Amino acid sequence: MKKYTYTEKKDTRSGFGAGLHEAGKRNENVVALCADLVGSLKMDAFIKDFPERFVQVGIAEANMMGIAAGLTINGKIPFTGTFANFSTGRVYDQIRQSIAYSGKNVKICASHAGLTLGEDGATHQILEDIGLMKMLPGMVVINPCDYNQTKAATLAIMDYEGPVYLRFGRPVIPVFTPEDQKFEIGKAWMVNEGKDVTIVATGHMVWRAIEAGEKLAELGIDAEIINIHTIKPLDDEAILKSVKKTGCIVTCEEHNKFGGLGESVARLLTTEYLAPQEFVAVNDSFGESATPDQLMTKYKLDPSDIVAAAQKVMKRKV
Amino acid sequence: MPFFSNNNIIVMKHTISELEDIASQVRRDCLRMVHAVQSGHPGASLGCADFFTALYFEVLNHNPKFSMAGVGEDLFFLSNGHISPVWYSVLARSGYFEVSELATFRKLDSRLQGHPTTHEGLPGVRIASGSLGQGLSVAIGAALGKKIDGDKGLVYALTGDGELQEGQNWEALMFAPFHKVDNLIASVDYNGQQIDGPTEKVLSLESLKEKFEAFGWHVITSDGNDMAEITKALHYAKSLTGKGKPILNLMSTQMGYGVDFMVGTHKWHGSAPSDAQLEVALGQLKETAGDY
Repeated sequence: MKKYTYTEKKDTRSGFGAGLHEAGKRNENVVALCADLVGSLKMDAFIKDFPERFVQVGIAEANMMGIAAGLTINGKIPFTGTFANFSTGRVYDQIRQSIAYSGKNVKICASHAGLTLGEDGATHQILEDIGLMKMLPGMVVINPCDYNQTKAATLAIMDYEGPVYLRFGRPVIPVFTPEDQKFEIGKAWMVNEGKDVTIVATGHMVWRAIEAGEKLAELGIDAEIINIHTIKPLDDEAILKSVKKTGCIVTCEEHNKFGGLGESVARLLTTEYLAPQEFVAVNDSFGESATPDQLMTKYKLDPSDIVAAAQKVMKRKV
Repeated sequence: MPFFSNNNIIVMKHTISELEDIASQVRRDCLRMVHAVQSGHPGASLGCADFFTALYFEVLNHNPKFSMAGVGEDLFFLSNGHISPVWYSVLARSGYFEVSELATFRKLDSRLQGHPTTHEGLPGVRIASGSLGQGLSVAIGAALGKKIDGDKGLVYALTGDGELQEGQNWEALMFAPFHKVDNLIASVDYNGQQIDGPTEKVLSLESLKEKFEAFGWHVITSDGNDMAEITKALHYAKSLTGKGKPILNLMSTQMGYGVDFMVGTHKWHGSAPSDAQLEVALGQLKETAGDY
């Protein structure tokens, strides 16, 4: 098992904030919009340096999505910022008609995704957003794994022409990917090569998959771990290549098991290469109030759950 | 024909009578399009024919050699996308695409979808609309973009009145005055009708003018079925831009205007005329520019 270390923990939303600030410096067409959550989205640096390119919309997410769509018409690259719940479910039809169907170059940037938002509870902990967004034709869906990768992803989507959903979160987590990484949309990132079981993970679950890989190594199991930061378009080739080698797969996501990364992988396997799969995901449930760690344990998203899923799926190999 | 608007002399490109002739042809187009596929929305298409004609043939600074960005041009956004027939007719008649393409309306592989969209690349359309309540927000975004760029072009939008029951409109109505989006002229098709009946009975809009004024818009009122008045109102609205407030043209129209048995009722909101009804209707509308 390749050794991963980290010197600090940071939140992925701060990676977005840093990426947005850098994007503002690099491209004068970048504009940012926020629905009364500037501090939560870490947009302060952008607003300080580019006040003329920031739009405070107030608590009116539907209007924000429409304004963003309109801003693209004369070549602006709008980044919208609010919580994942209010970035997707609350404004689904606005995104569907004014952004996705209209083919507008809007970057929907969504913080506080998943259970790790913690104490605010289920009203704010969306676990359905990946599914909602990946179903929209032409929508790119990205869920990076740490601060550096979120920053890199924010810059990468600036250069991509078309609608993007960028999902990130609130808790501080290990920063283990390189600061100067090149982020390729749709290109899986090999974390550890192995031969016994494939573990694909997205977002906050990638570090947990690494911790699971270390435990599996102690048990004599050689896990191949892949960071799927782009859920759509999915890197079919990387996943198939790995599963053809290991013969089984575990998918890990801080999302409902319905509609997420796991189902995208299942679709791929059933059409291209049959292999057993286990899902580490929320079991069709809403969240609740507690600390992020308590919730990840209760909803079975811990490294130990990944280890158990890997052991189970290996027994099902043909 | 010159007239005075806010102390400026406006020299018109067409006479009112010429514009009325174009609107008559536009109404014929709308009815024939809807009749051909026995689906679509003739009522408010007829009601807004004068507005669209005045806008595209007289007021709008636009280039039918369409570019999405429309740099330096005025832009128009239709929020109540179901009145697509009138927009398609005016776009075709002002040179965005061949008039013959109107015959493809709502048919397989057509660029003239039931509700307008950018998806098939129809020139003149900059956003999809149909799901109601979204167009004003989009127009605000385009207007802000022009402001950021120092582009002097104006942004026009049209919404239905029943459509104002959608909450997103009120988010947009609150936003535009606060952010001084004064390069925006929104018109409301105030025909008092919606699918299920008069707006007064479905969900009354009450005191619309006062509501818009309370939100901080510069509100003007007009008769959208009087060509001289709607043309003058749009020119006047234009003269009010750049003064710190968005402009709202509360435009009274009659659904089905121009055809005696269609006028003033919600019954023709989304129903197509029969062969016999079409013949009667066309008999009341002069063919002035040649049917497609």
